[in-house]
Amino acid sequence: MEENKNKVLKLSTAGSVDDGKSTLIGRILYDTNSLTDDKLEAIERSSKLKGNDYLDFSLATDGLVAEREQGITIDVAHIYFSTANRSYIIADTPGHVEYTRNMVTGTSTSQVSIILIDARKGVIEQTKRHFFINNLLRTKEVVVAVNKMDLIGFDQEQYNTIVADFKKMIEASDYKNQNITFIPISALHGDNVVNKSKNLAWFNGNTVMEHLENIRIEDIQEDAKARFQVQTVIRPKTDEFHDFRGYAGKLKGGELKVGDDVTILPSGRKSQIKSIHFFDQEYLSASKGSSITITLTDDINVSRGDLIVKSEELPKEGKQIRATICWMDNQPLAPSSTYFLQHGVKLVKSKVKSIAHKISTDATGAIEKVDQLNMNDLGLVEIQLAQELHFDAYGENKGNGAFILIDTKSNTTAGVGFIE
Amino acid sequence: MNEKVINNPLEDEAIYIFREVAGQFDKPVILFSGGKDSITLVRLAQKAFYPAKIPFPLLHIDTGHNFPETIEFRDQLVKELGLELHVHYVQDNIDAGNVQEESGKYASRNMLQTDSLLQAIEKHGFDACIGGARRDEEKARAKERVFSVRDDFGQWDEKNQRPEVFDMLNGRIDFGQNVRVFPISNWTELDVWSYIQQEKMEIPSIYFAHKRNVFERDGLIWSAHDEYVFRADDEIVTEKVVRFRTVGDMSCTAAVESFAFDIDKVVEEIKASTISERGARIDDKRSEAAMEKRKQQGYF
Repeated sequence: MEENKNKVLKLSTAGSVDDGKSTLIGRILYDTNSLTDDKLEAIERSSKLKGNDYLDFSLATDGLVAEREQGITIDVAHIYFSTANRSYIIADTPGHVEYTRNMVTGTSTSQVSIILIDARKGVIEQTKRHFFINNLLRTKEVVVAVNKMDLIGFDQEQYNTIVADFKKMIEASDYKNQNITFIPISALHGDNVVNKSKNLAWFNGNTVMEHLENIRIEDIQEDAKARFQVQTVIRPKTDEFHDFRGYAGKLKGGELKVGDDVTILPSGRKSQIKSIHFFDQEYLSASKGSSITITLTDDINVSRGDLIVKSEELPKEGKQIRATICWMDNQPLAPSSTYFLQHGVKLVKSKVKSIAHKISTDATGAIEKVDQLNMNDLGLVEIQLAQELHFDAYGENKGNGAFILIDTKSNTTAGVGFIE
Repeated sequence: MNEKVINNPLEDEAIYIFREVAGQFDKPVILFSGGKDSITLVRLAQKAFYPAKIPFPLLHIDTGHNFPETIEFRDQLVKELGLELHVHYVQDNIDAGNVQEESGKYASRNMLQTDSLLQAIEKHGFDACIGGARRDEEKARAKERVFSVRDDFGQWDEKNQRPEVFDMLNGRIDFGQNVRVFPISNWTELDVWSYIQQEKMEIPSIYFAHKRNVFERDGLIWSAHDEYVFRADDEIVTEKVVRFRTVGDMSCTAAVESFAFDIDKVVEEIKASTISERGARIDDKRSEAAMEKRKQQGYF
């Protein structure tokens, strides 16, 4: 379909150990004919070696040697497949208690979350955790796949109980703007994954794939203001483009048009958009997601990290921010430690002034006083910055409301923050 | 004047990554093999910095066992775009006794590239090496980051990778470390071919169906090029119409029978294909964890 040409839908999966996430992904790949002969052969071979009497589709995704040895997924893996309609990218994130950071990572780049529930266990602690993280990251489109229906005899009543339990969680959640779809499936046997199941004839809804195919990108995009952060300044210094001074970046949110009145931050200087370029062509406008180059009518000093916004849509500014942090490093976060804060492409020295509290990741989001945040902890913190930051609340603009903290010694990405 | 810039998420993402490399590193280089993925990289880099020239040189690790068509193509492209090209020869390393040539039926110089790559990085002080690897190619690559930090020995520590959240890329490194950058991480083989088709890009002729002297081994079609590729006396040479899906060292790249003489036919063929691209890479068949092991040692 021409309208979906170049369209990609990014998914992430969340589930506890043995909920069958890898099996679900393997099943999707198999039933959409995305597994090539050589991969399928490898799966058949490995399944036989392991002594399974069925095809172990989880082998299609469990990549690293350590994982194959332990039979678990330990990092975010990316899986690709396409239908006649569009391309899909799945971030397969592990379900262990201790791997919150991986789920945050995988969810941060996806547009749709698939939460898996083992029908025998129903809504458990980890389901609450997955849903909580989903809401923290404001994922609008959620599919709740109740898996292993075959092991409860495809029982409608038990399924309804699970759905009712999940709906209680939805009521208790503070993020209301979601589309949540429940689907009973058996990933192992293929019921309601791609093809409709005869065993689940009582279920009138779409299969997982049917549902995904019907999601329209326009419906799940956030309605955000235009934020254009400069990545690099383009000065060709050739005869032909002697005076060309272009600002290259990827537009986060909204739309920019030639002639728009803009403000450059942090300087506060005002100008107008003179031209919008993509490669060797000029355009009248560009929208969210485009990697463009713009020029301004005035010759002013703009450098990497500067934010160009419409003058009537200024973001917040400040040297102090409050944010929910997900800690991702072995070294705990302690108050008054300094980090590089990377906001989009801008790097600022920062100090974590205080930890207001730790947030439990169960559905209650209960809070607890702590001295430090350990890996996989979530907490609310106050951060002091060396320079003014121009930001939005994460709920208003994801791209301009998130940041990472970088350890100044190890250089590792130690945490991710969502500005309040 | 055009109305509105048309979104292509994969292209926009790759351009964003290229611009981050320019913003965060002092001495980046594009690893260029002359294959379709590296040609695509060059195209994306052109788009990222236009109307300025691509601000990075190219680096080719030359095994000496190349398809001549690829080398011709490489030199032509470099000339057209006015780029700087560094070539490091695996042969030099063999002659110096730093590495030992493999022998026997499956002898290949593919593994030997790693040493030459690390030497080139050290010699020129490259802090970011941009490569055309894609996550869909292989299971270990599915876990690779966009910015992948390597230590002084080029080693990949897969258990200790930096999380990559949203589109924020952390390229901070210590002296001696370098980052491998993969702008087309999220592209599939079909995405690359469709892009080549859409952009009407030139690619080496060996990607299209042509007559070639070949022999069969282990169900794969090998180029009969006795100088580089070992062939036993009972492995008989015949002429077939073939093309290559991937272009590496001649000794580790198998051909496929094909009548796809132009890009439209190639795209059709890839869409209908039931064998993965790497299915024709002999180097990956060595063991199930072959790629992961090579990556830990500093392979691309």
